[in-house]
Amino acid sequence: MNIVEFKRIDGRKHDEFRPIEARVGVLQKADGSAYFRLGNTVAIAGVYGPRKVHPRHEEQLDRAILRTRYNMAPFATTERGRPGYSRRSIEISMVTRQAINPVIFLEEFPKTAIDVHIEVLQADASTRCVGINAACLALADAGIPMRDLVASCSAGKVNGNIILDIAGKEDTEGEVDLPVAYYPKKKHVTLLQMDGIVTREEAKEIVKLAVGGTKKIYEAQKSALRKKYEIEGEKNDIY
Amino acid sequence: MISTDPQLIKNIVSNGERLDGRGMYDYRKITIEKGAVATADGSARVKLGNTEVICGVKFSVGEPFSDTPDEGVLMVAAEFVPLASPEFESGPPGEEAVEASRVVDRAIRESKVIDFKKLCITPGEKVWMVFVDIDVLDNDGNLIDAASLAAIAALFDAKLPGLKEDGKIDYDNKSDQGLQINGIPLSTTFAKVGDSIIADPDLSEAEAVDARLTVGTFDKDGDVLLCSMQKGGSVGLTVEELEKIIDLAISKGKELRKMVANA
Amino acid sequence: MSEERKLVIPGDLLGKGRAGHGTYEEDDNVFSRFVGLAEEKNGMYFVIPLSGIYDPKRGDGIIGKIQDVIFSKWIVEINSPYDAVLPLSEATEEFIDLTKTDLTKYFSYEDLIFAEVSSVTSNKNVQLSMKSRRCRKLKGGRLISVTPAKVPRIIGKGGSMVEMIKDLTGTQIVVGQNGLVWIRGDNYSIAAEAVTEIEKKSHLSGLTDQIRAMIEEKISKKGEHSGV
Repeated sequence: MNIVEFKRIDGRKHDEFRPIEARVGVLQKADGSAYFRLGNTVAIAGVYGPRKVHPRHEEQLDRAILRTRYNMAPFATTERGRPGYSRRSIEISMVTRQAINPVIFLEEFPKTAIDVHIEVLQADASTRCVGINAACLALADAGIPMRDLVASCSAGKVNGNIILDIAGKEDTEGEVDLPVAYYPKKKHVTLLQMDGIVTREEAKEIVKLAVGGTKKIYEAQKSALRKKYEIEGEKNDIY
Repeated sequence: MISTDPQLIKNIVSNGERLDGRGMYDYRKITIEKGAVATADGSARVKLGNTEVICGVKFSVGEPFSDTPDEGVLMVAAEFVPLASPEFESGPPGEEAVEASRVVDRAIRESKVIDFKKLCITPGEKVWMVFVDIDVLDNDGNLIDAASLAAIAALFDAKLPGLKEDGKIDYDNKSDQGLQINGIPLSTTFAKVGDSIIADPDLSEAEAVDARLTVGTFDKDGDVLLCSMQKGGSVGLTVEELEKIIDLAISKGKELRKMVANA
Repeated sequence: MSEERKLVIPGDLLGKGRAGHGTYEEDDNVFSRFVGLAEEKNGMYFVIPLSGIYDPKRGDGIIGKIQDVIFSKWIVEINSPYDAVLPLSEATEEFIDLTKTDLTKYFSYEDLIFAEVSSVTSNKNVQLSMKSRRCRKLKGGRLISVTPAKVPRIIGKGGSMVEMIKDLTGTQIVVGQNGLVWIRGDNYSIAAEAVTEIEKKSHLSGLTDQIRAMIEEKISKKGEHSGV
């Protein structure tokens, strides 16, 4: 790592996150839900299930199927996005599912579906990471049996500097973006994507920075979950 | 489909062996045949063992994107047609086909080996659109690497069509102008099976694969650089495993690049 | 929350020991699977989930709705991803000649029943029985649904909570382990409100007294409005 700390466009340190905010139980209808914010990137996740599988042929006799849908609201970007499925959203939905899959006890609910819906409401980089963070909270809120939470963030290279949680101008000017998701108990990277040009050493350094960053996300997730279920108790005292 | 028990494959791989006798980091036999499609502006047929894909490049003249008014446009699409496997269904591309096309696209685009500014005809109005379409003919696993080889070989094979005076494409007169491509970006895929890492997993191994990492590498001024990565599969990889695969991808990329250069 | 129970979330380390319901073991350590309340009994850890859908277990008393009647059994919806089967032999002691009898005579589409889960297979085939004396058809009344995890609190110790609501409101109440509560009687809306309130405040101690006060207030108000 560079010895002299350089200045980032928004004044953050190389390994500093934007403000993190997490809330659990933000929707009525969903069996579990959560809100996650990283600076100006905001996503809400809702979980339905385990529930019956439609269409029926997708049903698995020995486990639940996990379905994820990542969707970006048309107003989430500077220029309006086209609503509905895109190749991008199909891919992100897929890698999101693979990122979350390892921590869920799918075998506990055979013949069912667990549906995770992620809505990105504001996009300022790392939308898939924020979506995964919200999704894991929503899954825990829905009472889905889990081994751990998965925490996600990204790191990258901007003007030759390796930095955590790229955002704003860094995103448009940056050379490399590398999102990861991490399953802390197992020390497993469950999502990793990268685009941009790096040397082998830089690639490894960025991976390490991103993986290290998930620790703070993980703490934010855990305290949001505790808060929701403890607040239920606190609220009661007011009455 | 009834296939070999994944556990058996895991056992074999854990002994440092593979079902077809390959070494852990060996690719299957690769053949690259350029110019396989007469109607395309550039094409290549690639065999990777029993996996076979065909890629055609077509050019057209179109409007640039508003944020890049002086750059040509690259579009990569892969179709996993039912012809290639009993598992493939007709209809719009499924998530695996979408992923394959986007991973192939990313390695080429992000490596910046193609200068898209050179594909501008009239800034803000007319640019060359480069369509790279990949058809899978036979699926025996690792379609991403096969598609990646075919796409780059087809791009090297491509010749821009001539333009008529009214600016429309002259299909009767191809130019002899190829694309300027400064390097060979390629995807190389490695899989984790149990605690072992293997290169180029075939279809029989795919069932036993826990996780996959596809690494895009390219050569620049004698150096090898990374330009994309994509993890797949429903199990995670440790940081050590990731680093090992990055190293493997760099050396394997060198081998595969020679084949593309000589094709 | 009692003292020995503590709030945990998925992945929280509970300690070294045996893994009971709601937990899992890895590398000799026991971890929580749920957001829930953890406790330890004789070296075994348990976590009682605070949320989640109804996962049928043998012996549960549940409220179900008849969904289909086929040859010699009924298909029953039980507020779970799994439908249950009520075979004829578990529904009645009578001998029934299937060639002459229309089974809808006993239970017809949309009928509500209180039944017991008599078996659950590993791949979640659920069978019901009506043989216990507490099982019956539920006629009229209103259904409300609550988080299945909160059902024990609604029932209360030895049924104390639900008995109190019944007494104060003069309603009939049947609570299913599957998170459905059936209420019949003039004061059903007050009873329903009480049940919802318990669900919301299930963590709180001294809840019984609060609920009692709430119901008494509502009932006296209702009396005023109707001019009694």
